[in-house]
Amino acid sequence: MRLVPRGEAPALFVAAVSLLAVLLAFAASLVLLALYGASPWEAIAVVYRGVLADPRGFAEVLRRAVPLTLAGAGLALAFRAQFWNIGAEGQLLVGAVAASGVALFGPGEGVAKLVLMAAVAFVAGGLWAMVPAYLKARLAVNDVITTLMFNYVAIYLVEWLIHGPWKGKSVFGFAYTDRFPASAWLPLWPGTGLAWPGLVMAVVAAALLAWLLGATKLGFEVRVVGENPEAARYAGVRALSTLLQVALLSGGVAGLAGFVEVAGTHHRLLAPLQISLGYGYTAIIVAWLGRNRPLATLLTGLLIGFVFAAGDVAKVALATPFQLVQVVNGLILFFLIAAEVPIRYRVVWRPERG
Amino acid sequence: MAESWWVSTLARGLAFSAPLLLAALGELVAERSGVINLGVEGMMILGALAGFAAADASGDPWLGVLAAAAAGTLAALVHAFFSITLRANTYVSGLALTMVGLGLSGLLGKPFAGRPLAHPLPKLDIPGLSAIPWLGPGLFRGQSALLYLGLLAALLLWYFLYRTRGGITLRSVGENPAAADALGVNVYRVRYLATAFGGAMAGVAGAYLSVDYRPSWTEGMTAGMGWIALAIVIFAAWDPLRAVLAAFLFGAFYHLAYRFQAYLAPEFLKMTPYLFTVLFLVLSALGKSVRLGAPEALGRPYLRGERE
Amino acid sequence: MEGAEASPPSQETPPFLELRSLTKRFPGVVANDRVDLSVRAGEVHALLGENGAGKSTLVSMLYGLLQPDGGEIRLQGRPVRIRSPRDALALGIGLVPQHFLLVKKHTVAENVALGLSGVPFLAPTRALADRLRRLGERYGLPVDPRAYVWQLSAGEQQRVEILKVLVRDVRLLILDEPTSVLTPQEARGLFAVLRRMKAEGHAVIFITHKLEEVLEVADRVTVLRRGRVVATLPVAEVDERRLARLMVGEEVALPRARRGAGRGRPRLFVEDLWVRGDRGYFAVKDVNFQVHEGEIVGLAGVAGNGQSELIEALTGLRRPARGWIRLGERDLTGHDARAFFEAGVAHVPEDRTHRGVVGSLSVAENLVLKHYRYPPFARGPVLDRRAVRAFAEEAVARYRVAAPSVATPVRLLSGGNIQKLILARELHGRPRLLVAAHPTYGLDVGATAQVRRLLLEERDRGAAVFLVSEDLEEILALSDRILVIFDGKIVAELAPDEASKERLGLLMAGVAA
Repeated sequence: MRLVPRGEAPALFVAAVSLLAVLLAFAASLVLLALYGASPWEAIAVVYRGVLADPRGFAEVLRRAVPLTLAGAGLALAFRAQFWNIGAEGQLLVGAVAASGVALFGPGEGVAKLVLMAAVAFVAGGLWAMVPAYLKARLAVNDVITTLMFNYVAIYLVEWLIHGPWKGKSVFGFAYTDRFPASAWLPLWPGTGLAWPGLVMAVVAAALLAWLLGATKLGFEVRVVGENPEAARYAGVRALSTLLQVALLSGGVAGLAGFVEVAGTHHRLLAPLQISLGYGYTAIIVAWLGRNRPLATLLTGLLIGFVFAAGDVAKVALATPFQLVQVVNGLILFFLIAAEVPIRYRVVWRPERG
Repeated sequence: MAESWWVSTLARGLAFSAPLLLAALGELVAERSGVINLGVEGMMILGALAGFAAADASGDPWLGVLAAAAAGTLAALVHAFFSITLRANTYVSGLALTMVGLGLSGLLGKPFAGRPLAHPLPKLDIPGLSAIPWLGPGLFRGQSALLYLGLLAALLLWYFLYRTRGGITLRSVGENPAAADALGVNVYRVRYLATAFGGAMAGVAGAYLSVDYRPSWTEGMTAGMGWIALAIVIFAAWDPLRAVLAAFLFGAFYHLAYRFQAYLAPEFLKMTPYLFTVLFLVLSALGKSVRLGAPEALGRPYLRGERE
Repeated sequence: MEGAEASPPSQETPPFLELRSLTKRFPGVVANDRVDLSVRAGEVHALLGENGAGKSTLVSMLYGLLQPDGGEIRLQGRPVRIRSPRDALALGIGLVPQHFLLVKKHTVAENVALGLSGVPFLAPTRALADRLRRLGERYGLPVDPRAYVWQLSAGEQQRVEILKVLVRDVRLLILDEPTSVLTPQEARGLFAVLRRMKAEGHAVIFITHKLEEVLEVADRVTVLRRGRVVATLPVAEVDERRLARLMVGEEVALPRARRGAGRGRPRLFVEDLWVRGDRGYFAVKDVNFQVHEGEIVGLAGVAGNGQSELIEALTGLRRPARGWIRLGERDLTGHDARAFFEAGVAHVPEDRTHRGVVGSLSVAENLVLKHYRYPPFARGPVLDRRAVRAFAEEAVARYRVAAPSVATPVRLLSGGNIQKLILARELHGRPRLLVAAHPTYGLDVGATAQVRRLLLEERDRGAAVFLVSEDLEEILALSDRILVIFDGKIVAELAPDEASKERLGLLMAGVAA
């Protein structure tokens, strides 16, 4: 038995195999759940009732999907350029910081203020990603590690702000800033916790980035640089400029995710782990599952949003810890990369010869 | 006094560097064979939990260390299977390992949270050597046995890499696996063993945290040390002795930052290791010479007969 | 099948190696089609065929890198299965590959010691040094065991490859296109080594596409064409013309330069150029030359003497340390690839698959790899895909690039078609200077003829052409002027009628002629 590289796998096959991978990951998670002591059947029932059958529950799926899709679409772009942006978490947080700053201390009212918040969040997230991108392009410094390190710096930046200069006046044991003024709140879809402008932003961002990749000069450069940096240089593509633009866009949309979280859900800046439940890291799965196609992240963001919402519901109904979500996400990733094998290779059985 | 300032920096710096050194040495061996494992953080945290659990249940901290090594090895083998046998994307496999490791340890560690270990690893005092001025008190008093294990491992690894046939094989597999394969070397086996070794060391590094340094279990207690270990491998140019120096530098700087905490808010202090890591990487990139570069085949799966 | 065995082997001793009906298939092509071959101990057996004939595939099967789909391999009469290089070595088969498999960062001794049993675990290289010296003397392959491989010339690296194999007591040695990196003089030295091996009783398979080598060193020759054995003959019974006809199947006249309309004004000025290599030393030293409009200047030299660095400097991929590069009036020294391209410099790169194209992108996208930025292919930030596709379809037809469609990913194309695609792209827009590096390397005769014709057409159109090639035939056939590079310096400038392969070979090896 040998593995022989395949030519091009048909898109339908790829989608089917990816779906199978996700289903297998779910199955494995249910096994894990059983080993933990909860009943898988009860879990399925609870999730169905709480998330799929209930419109308010489904709105929770959408609410989770928004930051996942925003960050995920940006990561899809970054990964296509081979910019291994593991820092979406930090970019999201600094976006939240910038938006919070404007909300608490900045000028403006109403929609204008919200637009300003979104803009600074975008810029902040973008800048946060551009530093590692610059180091990568100029000095070939490993981007996985640098973007990751910046995550931790962002986390402690938020911690410092909420314990120090931006500490709210009314705190009872938890650290957070004051509530934003009402003018800095994103409107919610009635009856749910979903900030619908966020949903719009996610869809627009995914579509825009998809168009960028396919139809513009920058998108072409991204694909060339991502596939073969040597050929890119030969072709006259300037890698530094391309990477910086990619970082700005990728970090920027992650920053927008941060804006949506603080302006739509929490209405204050709080502990990092409460703003982002690992959205930045999970967005990697959203991008990967979508084969680094921004448009596909609309679907995959929804799927992972579902995992988060299901985890929430299970925590309440079955007392399963929320870390289960992280395990499920990791398993999805593993099964996904295992799915690469049938996609990229054919299995050849050597016929027996005399 | 200058000496006591230096001694405490040496002592605390070394203590902090121990888990970084152990994990870095393990990853160094794996990377020398061409396998990059971004799952070091996940392997470390699983090792920490396994170590604590085994030490807690049995009362013997060394059993904890052994269990930690086993846990790390198992985790590494998962990554090895995906990266080497399935030739899947090695970066994503490592990331997935870290995610699963962090999540799983958080999940399974709930019963162990919050209570101290009854019998942690004892701190050692080496009577004769600790009297040496300047070096003695820092290096030979109040340090963990695992630190000495790490230093010994570094020496042995250096000798192994550069002065033995096994070392030539390992390095060749990482530089040019096709050349090794053409001479009959089993590239896959070498890479599996190297990756497993990396896992074992990462596990022991985790055990250092939960069974020795801070004998307890907290979710996420590795706080990114696995990533710092990866950076140390790069900064050390894949050389075991340089890794000792790099890990120590890291520990010393972190301790110094702690000393200056009167001038800095605590959160900025906590940022320092991560900022240092970026600084380290930038310095390595600026000072690069071709001979000390990364193993040529690092991160690229090997498939016989495939012309890239 | 023409020809027959010269004298039937005696019935008692079977040949050392025998291939019976060996077959290997890849998707879409039969690389080896029922190949029969026999090689005796103490014989040098040449395997002749043009690029793409199936020689390397055959050898890969003998060395366990590929598995046959049909037929069998017999060693001394016994059928064997070679599943991996380890099996091959255990059976006494050794391979000296065309593209060396050496760890450049390691020493000679470390490379030889890799995977070698019989060397101690601790300090193996010390024990090996002696053995290497003795082997080197016996076969005429002197090397310094402590030298780092990156410090060695191609010829010396090849000696290391041969020693790697000899130290393992092989009985059959396979050499794959060994003279491709050697000067004619070094090649003769290699042939002396092969004769020593013959005398020592080894069986040798010598793979080549160069006819004169077959005649010089081989006892028997097997000719492959399109995967099939066309003939197996004793060398005493053949001459170049017969071999050429067997190899290619028909008379193909490769284009030779007819003296053109004469050259025009100088277009490329290279003055006092010094360029550093990857390891910091100077690869190009004080080089001065010009290329005129309407002329082809050929640069002859053995690989590793600075050609790659010179080409990179002339195309914006490497910044010179000192000196000037001017195209007409414009000073391009130190500018990047885009600037060179915009100034009218076309570059057909040495490494066509890794540098010249992006494998996962389509034929059309690769055809606009450098032009996508400009109208008509882009309007503002947006690409005009229809314009791209129209251009691609026209180019593919004009240059006869065989591809299912312009949307096909380029990595599925053959080497020859990739090269034609690159030329289609580079020649679009009528470049003022064409820099072509080893343009026909690895191409079959048909593609080679087409590429040569295109180069001549460019010259006749008035472009300045700078051709770098290790193929002396090609340099002699196409150049209006020949430069020779050795150790980073231009050591000679000749007219083609002053140059012979002999003379060029000596100059390339640094011997003043």
